[in-house]
Amino acid sequence: MRTALELALARLRARPRLAFALLAILLALLPLLTGATLGRAWVRVLDLSLLYVMLATGLNIVVGYAGLLDLGYIAFYALGAYFYAWLASPHFGLHLPFWAILPMGAAFAGLFGVVLGAPTLRLRGDYLAIVTLGFGEIIRIFLNNLNAPVNITNGPQGINMIDPVRLDGLSFGSPVQVLGLSLAPVHLYYYLFLVLTLLLIFIAYRLQDSRLGRAWAALREDEIAAAAMGINARNVKLLAFAMGATFGGLAGGLFAAFQGFISPDSFNLWESILVVCMIVLGGMGNIPGVILGALLLTLIPEALRYLGDVQRALLGHVFVDPSDLRMLLFGLALVGMMLYRPAGLLPSRVRRREFAAVDGVAEQEQADLYDSRA
Amino acid sequence: MTELLSVDAVSKRFGGLAALDAVSLCVRVGEIYGLIGPNGAGKTTLFNCMTGLYSVSAGAIRLDGTAVHDRKPHEIVRLGFARTFQNIRLFANLTALENVMVGRHPRTHAGVIGAVLRGAGTRAEETAIRARSAELLEYVGLKGKGRTLASHLSYGDQRRLEIARALATEPRLLALDEPVAGMNPTERQTMSDLFLRLCEGGLTLLLIEHDVKLVMGLTDRVAVLDYGRKIAEGRPDDVRRDPVVIEAYLGAAAK
Repeated sequence: MRTALELALARLRARPRLAFALLAILLALLPLLTGATLGRAWVRVLDLSLLYVMLATGLNIVVGYAGLLDLGYIAFYALGAYFYAWLASPHFGLHLPFWAILPMGAAFAGLFGVVLGAPTLRLRGDYLAIVTLGFGEIIRIFLNNLNAPVNITNGPQGINMIDPVRLDGLSFGSPVQVLGLSLAPVHLYYYLFLVLTLLLIFIAYRLQDSRLGRAWAALREDEIAAAAMGINARNVKLLAFAMGATFGGLAGGLFAAFQGFISPDSFNLWESILVVCMIVLGGMGNIPGVILGALLLTLIPEALRYLGDVQRALLGHVFVDPSDLRMLLFGLALVGMMLYRPAGLLPSRVRRREFAAVDGVAEQEQADLYDSRA
Repeated sequence: MTELLSVDAVSKRFGGLAALDAVSLCVRVGEIYGLIGPNGAGKTTLFNCMTGLYSVSAGAIRLDGTAVHDRKPHEIVRLGFARTFQNIRLFANLTALENVMVGRHPRTHAGVIGAVLRGAGTRAEETAIRARSAELLEYVGLKGKGRTLASHLSYGDQRRLEIARALATEPRLLALDEPVAGMNPTERQTMSDLFLRLCEGGLTLLLIEHDVKLVMGLTDRVAVLDYGRKIAEGRPDDVRRDPVVIEAYLGAAAK
């Protein structure tokens, strides 16, 4: 069985065009198949997981490429979402078109990336993590309290009745008939999110393999040596923050349109940490790894919800609340990761080298020991 | 000969300690200038002041007439003054070629838009970066090692790679901080050959070195630092016979 699978994979690797076509068909049919078998709720989960892929890809620019540990990343997601809500809901009575708000929201978040990045430029490692964590919380608290004296965010109640995406007369708020298929809003959002996710992944790949990508890698490896290579650490870092924030803002705008309702509760510290976990689990700096991490950490917790039903069926009543169990398994998974795959499930070339270097030293010591005995 | 780098009465104090005390010297275009002195004499401190890592407490440093003592390290590199480090600072987890490619940063331009769209201009620039970096690797004697991880290179090769990386920034003046430390005599010889080749190519070299013999054989002029002060400067043969220098190195009893 395993060998048959490996053989098939090897064959696909030899024919990249075929593999690409198969992947495209799979991605196109996925929501329809999921909807038909597991139900609409799971298509919704797919939509959300695509949003998390966007977030993880964006944060990966900051954390994975430039090596700046940002624990307040969700703030940019929140800013993108609120920006969309302000310009497309009854809250201010504005209803701007989707195609105009989305890039503006992304730029708005990107600007905040620079504003919040600027004070942290001299910080590194743990200190940077703490300060960005604080910034993330500050943004959330602002959103929670900016309902007086002027009502900007509507406070803890959040903003409701946000316009659904409307593109060229096609509203994503109601089902659409295409070729005899009835596509529900969740399906339409899936395709929109998929296109934008692929676009962001493309941009992230291009950035990684460029003059800027090398500058980020140099900065991550050794800031002093990078400066001695003529790299302006300030500008390059701010650019990483801005790019990451732009990705986050874009995802945030989509989230607002998709949910129709946002409140500060959706953007708490846990969400920030979750996105960092996706990157760490998948493999920092490596885009396929980051995508895998984002998918796993959104899909698995959803699947674990069924454990409540399983307990009820087998044991008569629920012993462990599924949500507690999810956290428990989540913790276990992370501990297991640190022990067995510290570089992530699909580590990047560079990260693999970093961890392999340590193993190399250990191997050498082992060999020396062996030689001395002989 | 014209002055390329002039250091004018530079002092650097760390709290109460005067690491540099009114040091003045000048490096002329096209020469190999040596900076020697016992441990703790302030050689690396002076280097760090010149390349913008430290700010000077007093005095001025000019590169071809432009004041550099109040500039940031990356600006000084752009002005044409590159350096290597005493304790090698390579990008350890990048390959040798990637290390040199980073060095092309200040002489290339592609930004976010160029990187994402990757038009003809950006592609041509990337190709040029790659070609020039490979050329430099070959020049310093690392041909065929471009794909090796910087941290997997031998010690001597790492020193060479650091020089290639510094050369990629197209310097007029290259400052080398103990470039042959820890090398065996054969390696030292190939390194000093490399320095001569660089000098013939029109580059001005500033060399910190402990190996007095190498410095004496290679340099056009030498300055000697001791306790943060310049105690001698001149042609190597004269400096070697200077009683003040002998005292600094061997103690007063050796006179």
